[in-house]
Amino acid sequence: MSPDLLKLIFGRLGIDSLPLHEPILVGTFVMVALGGVTLLAGLTYFRLWGYLWREWFTTVDHKRIGIMYMILGIVMLLRGFADALMMRAQQALAFNGSEGFLPAHHYDQVFTAHGVIMIFFVAMPLVTGLMNYVVPLQIGARDVSFPFLNNFSFWMTVGGAVLVMISLFIGEFARTGWLAYPPLSNIGYSPDVGVDYYIWALQVAGVGTTLSGINLICTIVKLRCPGMTMMKMPVFTWTSLCTNILIVASFPVLTVVLALLSLDRYVGTNFFTNDFGGSPMMYVNLIWIWGHPEVYILVLPAFGIFSEVTSTFSGKRLFGYTSMVYATVVITILSYLVWLHHFFTMGSGASVNSFFGITTMIISIPTGAKMFNWLFTMYRGRIRYELPMLWTIAFMLTFVLGGMTGVLLAVPPADFVLHNSLFLIAHFHNVIIGGVVFGAFAGINYWFPKAFGFKLDPFWGKLSFWFWVTGFYMAFMPLYVLGLMGVTRRLRVFDDPSLQIWFVIAAIGAGLVFLGILSMLMQFAVSFLKREQLKDVTGDPWDARTLEWATSSPPPDYNFAFTPVVHDNDAWWDMKKRGYQRPLVGFKPIHMPSSTGTGIILAGFATAMGFGLIWYIWWLAAASFIAMLAVGIGHTFNYHRDFDIPADDVIRTEDARTKLLAGAK
Amino acid sequence: MNTDTHASHADAHHHDDGHAHSTFSGYMLGFVLSVVLTAIPFWLVMSGMLPSKQITALVIMAFAIVQIVVHMIYFLHMSPKSENGWSMMALIFTIVMVVIALSGSLWVMNHLNSNMMPVHEMTGMK
Amino acid sequence: MTVAVNPSQTGEPVFYLADEHPHPEGYSTSLGFWIYLMSDCLIFAMLFAAFGVLGANYAAGPAPKDLFDLDLVAVNTSMLLLSSITYGFAMLTMQQNKIAQTQMWLLITGLFGAAFIGIELTEFAHMIHEGATPQRSAFLSAFFTLVGTHGLHVSCGLIWLVTLMVQVWRFGLIEANRRRLMCLSMFWHFLDVVWIGVFTFVYLLGVLR
Repeated sequence: MSPDLLKLIFGRLGIDSLPLHEPILVGTFVMVALGGVTLLAGLTYFRLWGYLWREWFTTVDHKRIGIMYMILGIVMLLRGFADALMMRAQQALAFNGSEGFLPAHHYDQVFTAHGVIMIFFVAMPLVTGLMNYVVPLQIGARDVSFPFLNNFSFWMTVGGAVLVMISLFIGEFARTGWLAYPPLSNIGYSPDVGVDYYIWALQVAGVGTTLSGINLICTIVKLRCPGMTMMKMPVFTWTSLCTNILIVASFPVLTVVLALLSLDRYVGTNFFTNDFGGSPMMYVNLIWIWGHPEVYILVLPAFGIFSEVTSTFSGKRLFGYTSMVYATVVITILSYLVWLHHFFTMGSGASVNSFFGITTMIISIPTGAKMFNWLFTMYRGRIRYELPMLWTIAFMLTFVLGGMTGVLLAVPPADFVLHNSLFLIAHFHNVIIGGVVFGAFAGINYWFPKAFGFKLDPFWGKLSFWFWVTGFYMAFMPLYVLGLMGVTRRLRVFDDPSLQIWFVIAAIGAGLVFLGILSMLMQFAVSFLKREQLKDVTGDPWDARTLEWATSSPPPDYNFAFTPVVHDNDAWWDMKKRGYQRPLVGFKPIHMPSSTGTGIILAGFATAMGFGLIWYIWWLAAASFIAMLAVGIGHTFNYHRDFDIPADDVIRTEDARTKLLAGAK
Repeated sequence: MNTDTHASHADAHHHDDGHAHSTFSGYMLGFVLSVVLTAIPFWLVMSGMLPSKQITALVIMAFAIVQIVVHMIYFLHMSPKSENGWSMMALIFTIVMVVIALSGSLWVMNHLNSNMMPVHEMTGMK
Repeated sequence: MTVAVNPSQTGEPVFYLADEHPHPEGYSTSLGFWIYLMSDCLIFAMLFAAFGVLGANYAAGPAPKDLFDLDLVAVNTSMLLLSSITYGFAMLTMQQNKIAQTQMWLLITGLFGAAFIGIELTEFAHMIHEGATPQRSAFLSAFFTLVGTHGLHVSCGLIWLVTLMVQVWRFGLIEANRRRLMCLSMFWHFLDVVWIGVFTFVYLLGVLR
């Protein structure tokens, strides 16, 4: 075939786009391919495709979508952590003239992919998954406001993750760092597909994130059960509301920035170029207007989880509920006033830097107030050191440390010294791992019995906990030291042999964290095998306080047979104290949304469009876009999107639970 | 904040709140106002009536703000009551965000340019 | 439904609704769509920010004075304003259940919208023909992107309008269609509001500069 025709069909995709010359990638590909083939064969052999499609892929049930988000987050954690191990190993080895084992262009992709994956495809899905699962249950709702949109949002997030994963084996990923600053990310300096993978992965996933934000805001505002006023909402619901407000108010900014960058790359406009009046610094300014709220998007739900866990496992009402709510709201607004602290050294001058330095320091006040609220909740409580509580205590110690180094960095003159150093890396891992990751793990251990009806195994859980915590400190405390000595981030080789020992310690720490992750996977496996021993039939294994524990574990499709009525902000605790009797008769049909495959199909086309745009396969992009439009419009012609669960089914489900409960006594 | 959840349950049985109250006279009033509020700024700029460009600029920006409010009230039917005040709250929050992001960007980039831009390029740009 | 949140007459606290009615279909839609519009508003705000920061960087190329034809912009603005009031009439006739008249006003709205897009495209074509392409300078990049994004929104609105006209024609002014027409109404008037910003800050202030 002629080169022109090939180009028309395949764009810039060719045999040489496959990284066959990279043994590490070929090895990974072989592993992934073997694993994938085994998985697909297994699914086919056990005839699970129909089940998966009907019950999971097309579901609009917020609980199942929440679980799928969590699975996505954990799978991507393995990928992102593999990148972390490679970086730690490279930096520990590349001394005394050794080049390490990663060539520069590969190493640069590794650190970019690590950042992008960990933020967008690990932390975000874990946080969104927990919110999706828990919020409707906590507010006594049957589902979210827009169940179909929820399914679509999830699959768009998956679409973004798929594009990042494809970049591992077809072409390459960006070599620009996780925020892809121009001019490096402009077409002149990054002519390859890496930055395009970055752009389209984030755009596809970003649509999903924004829509799920709108969805959850509406759910919390409109679908609270009777009696649940704003100031009677559980704290996790409050932090979820604020998080989703931040999502809706910040992800559009990311969308615009990436769109402008893609215009620069595809059309040749001059937003962020060096000449024709463009300003690369405008990109930095705009992306951090999204970037800083993003940090709080991740950590606010974690704060909510810690609040629930602390009060449950201390057996006490949360100390200072009102102050907790106001602290959350203040953080939400302040998080919009601090973005410049990410680029103090850009040169906006003393007045601008002082303003943003001061706002940054102010934001530590509401955060500190929260910390004291948790401590006072524990004070004189009857604390049970179950796994969620262990993670919470580790969070309190670790996060305070990270917060203090953050305040240090908020001082502009100090930032001029520490900026772009490993001190910064240590700081943000300190708050993200200590805050978001520990929070997600606390949440997983806390709500797992709700989702599956059995607790997670405490032995492997504690093993995982101790590996993670010690590993974290060993991996990142050396980076503080190195950062203070002036070592900058993203270096591949080192000249000064005296630094090596710190990198070796950090690498050992990363190894411990790896053991922590393995223990966690082991914990899931062991718990599944021992599910009969770990079983909980009461639906309330922790003697908890909020409404999600009022229903069975796992909850029925309709969550609550009768919509609850709430009188107190610890609604379930109040019900238990005042002798609530579970209703046994009078069940009625329940109106529920029906499943639909439109979400996954639309997201599939969106992903294909992204792939076409990345490789300049214009026909594919155009065809997918038109298909997306057609399917989307076609979907609006379907006016029958819900059904009634017959009263008989409700009676059967509820009777089964009654029997179980009777057996438990 | 929103103390009466059951009030919202109650009025859900009626037509969608707030939007049902649009009337012919409301739309016409809004239309006439917006035509006037559009025409005057165009006329001011095209005729150069006002003595200085600064004053013209301030006046037409004031007209824009007034016209946005007119559209909000008469076409988008914004009222403090729709959706129990949530629409208004969302709007106010968005306006705050927009003001912060817009004015912040202009401030930051303006200071950056005056600090970092070589002098000869500055004159070339402006 | 009336909910007894307070203890019932017997003094026993009520912990669940024995007799409930599901939320009506589309119970959250208008709030949800409004929040979507707010996020869209931020998209435009960022494009305005880009224009505000880069809009004076002509790179020795053409400036607004050399390019903008205020007469044309005024005509275009009137197209959009007229489409707004005709959409308002469509909503009023919809409230009176007059299908034919609703469809007629929707059609007129669509025609005004199409005229708006047509004029805008003519303007763009003229500018590009004169060498004022989006690639020429940061000012022009920001201009084409901001105004183009608004135009793209209007075009999406037109596709939506046509879809809704087909749905009203096939299924009548049923509750779901009324709700959709109401959402499109919000979208359409929101684009008006954005256009006020565009003609003031981009065109009028540009010519003043």
